[in-house]
Amino acid sequence: MPDSPSQMSETPSQSVFPKIRVQDVHFAVDELEILKGISLEIAPGEILCVMGLSGAGKSTLTRCIAGLIRPTRGNILIDDDDISRMTEDQLLKIRAKIGVVFQYAALFDSMNVYENIAFGLLRGPMRQENRRLSKVALMRRVAELLHEVGLPGIEKRMPADLSGGMRRRVGLARALATNPEIVLYDEPTSGLDPVTGAAIDQLILSTRDRNGVTSVVVSHDMSSIYHIADRILMIYEGKKQILGTPKEIQETDDPIVRQFITGSVEGPINVKRR
Amino acid sequence: MTTPERHSPAAPHGPHRHDPSLDSTEEAIEETVSAAGEGLILWPRLAAQAFVAMFVYLGEIVALLGQTLVALRRGVNVNDLVRQMSVIGVETVPIALMTVGFSGAVLALYSVDSLRRYGASNLVGGIVAIAIVRETGPILAGVVTAARAGSAMTAEIASMKVSEQIDALRTMAVSPISYLVLPRTLASFLVLPLLGILSNVAGVIGGSLVAAANGVPYTAYFNSIHLILWADGRDVTRGLFKTFFFGIIVALVGCREGLNTSGGAVGVGKSTTRCVVISIVLIFAANFFLSFLLFQSGLF
Repeated sequence: MPDSPSQMSETPSQSVFPKIRVQDVHFAVDELEILKGISLEIAPGEILCVMGLSGAGKSTLTRCIAGLIRPTRGNILIDDDDISRMTEDQLLKIRAKIGVVFQYAALFDSMNVYENIAFGLLRGPMRQENRRLSKVALMRRVAELLHEVGLPGIEKRMPADLSGGMRRRVGLARALATNPEIVLYDEPTSGLDPVTGAAIDQLILSTRDRNGVTSVVVSHDMSSIYHIADRILMIYEGKKQILGTPKEIQETDDPIVRQFITGSVEGPINVKRR
Repeated sequence: MTTPERHSPAAPHGPHRHDPSLDSTEEAIEETVSAAGEGLILWPRLAAQAFVAMFVYLGEIVALLGQTLVALRRGVNVNDLVRQMSVIGVETVPIALMTVGFSGAVLALYSVDSLRRYGASNLVGGIVAIAIVRETGPILAGVVTAARAGSAMTAEIASMKVSEQIDALRTMAVSPISYLVLPRTLASFLVLPLLGILSNVAGVIGGSLVAAANGVPYTAYFNSIHLILWADGRDVTRGLFKTFFFGIIVALVGCREGLNTSGGAVGVGKSTTRCVVISIVLIFAANFFLSFLLFQSGLF
């Protein structure tokens, strides 16, 4: 018997105003409904991990939060601003608060590492202020960010010359360059070796601890999720299946969640259909 | 015996596909006749759909132009503009010079023979120059730019789209219109007329070489250009005026196709092909209307 949502940590533990509010969000492409009414609140400084089967709607939810796609129904509020009704120009201002670490880093392949990281500083909403910075100050800032992600001295290298783990860490440095209040991570450890994956997890935690950023992490990696999450959301067939702390998730009787976290073929999730 | 299914107009294999499950000649004939009838109804519908799709596409291009003009009000990064002018111009110049140069040569080849029969071979320069500056130079400059620079624009932006680099731009609060579309459109708008001038010169020179080889002296060739072309000097400016539009078409179609790419590497290839095909069709269509307005309507 699934746990009733009311038994779980549906709301952030901190008694503060939520940083992100997702209210009855639906998203459909043509006839296909991907998100079917997701609601949740995320507190400032919280790390929320989103898990679910491939195609469940995890990345769609994070893209909605980043303002990259517009929900077909429902609202998404960042602080007090409803981004689901904003024009592209209004969204550009809100996006200054958000950093996104893409699954494959999405580094600009025509630019070197330095140019990638400095891009948001020189071209983003703070460009006027940042252009007053001397070249030395800018280089120092990029060097600091690279040091934070454990990759000092690779400013001149091109993205094509970096390994997958390095690219993702440069992607994280680029996302952090503009001091965002929210960072969205799309499968940051998938396809990485366990040591590099653990290093990325550590970076996510240290970024939160140092900068107090609110984080939403999409992941399939259960050990990583248990390690970094304050709360975990599982999406199943476009709906919120469960939302709770790692302990609550581990102790739940919900057969769908149990099958997912144990990685079993037997259970209510129809593996053949997927 | 099962009743054979009638092919619907939207059947993916078309109305004439034979269903092997038919077990009698009569049914096969009935099926074929019926499908042919549906085919007759299908054609007007397809034509109507194509017509609507064309207007929707043009609407998207105009909307993209509007967004680009709005972005222009916020200013353009000069480094990006110069880089794009260099990419579009420098890399396209040799191909434009060769294609228009050879076209001028062919025009001279055909016209010198015909004119000689009437004892007017000395006029070949003017005739070649009129054809080059009014049509061949501007059109080929546009087509070559679409093939060389437009396809490169689409391939680059499409690769950025499928590798989430466009999304990365947006998440860094950088508008893809300001960063990608505006410098390319402005560069193409500015470079195409320059390319048109060089193409015109190459076409006239190409014609002069062939004319000289066929016994027309250079002085006669260039005198006839002076006589015919400069009688109404506006031929050159009107021809070059068209290239501004061709430049905008090439850049907007190239950027639109890149930004609307999906489906990985296959999608990049498809978008690049679509860019070249659509740009060329639009350049020729725009050329017709512009030529009518500039040379026939009497408005200019």
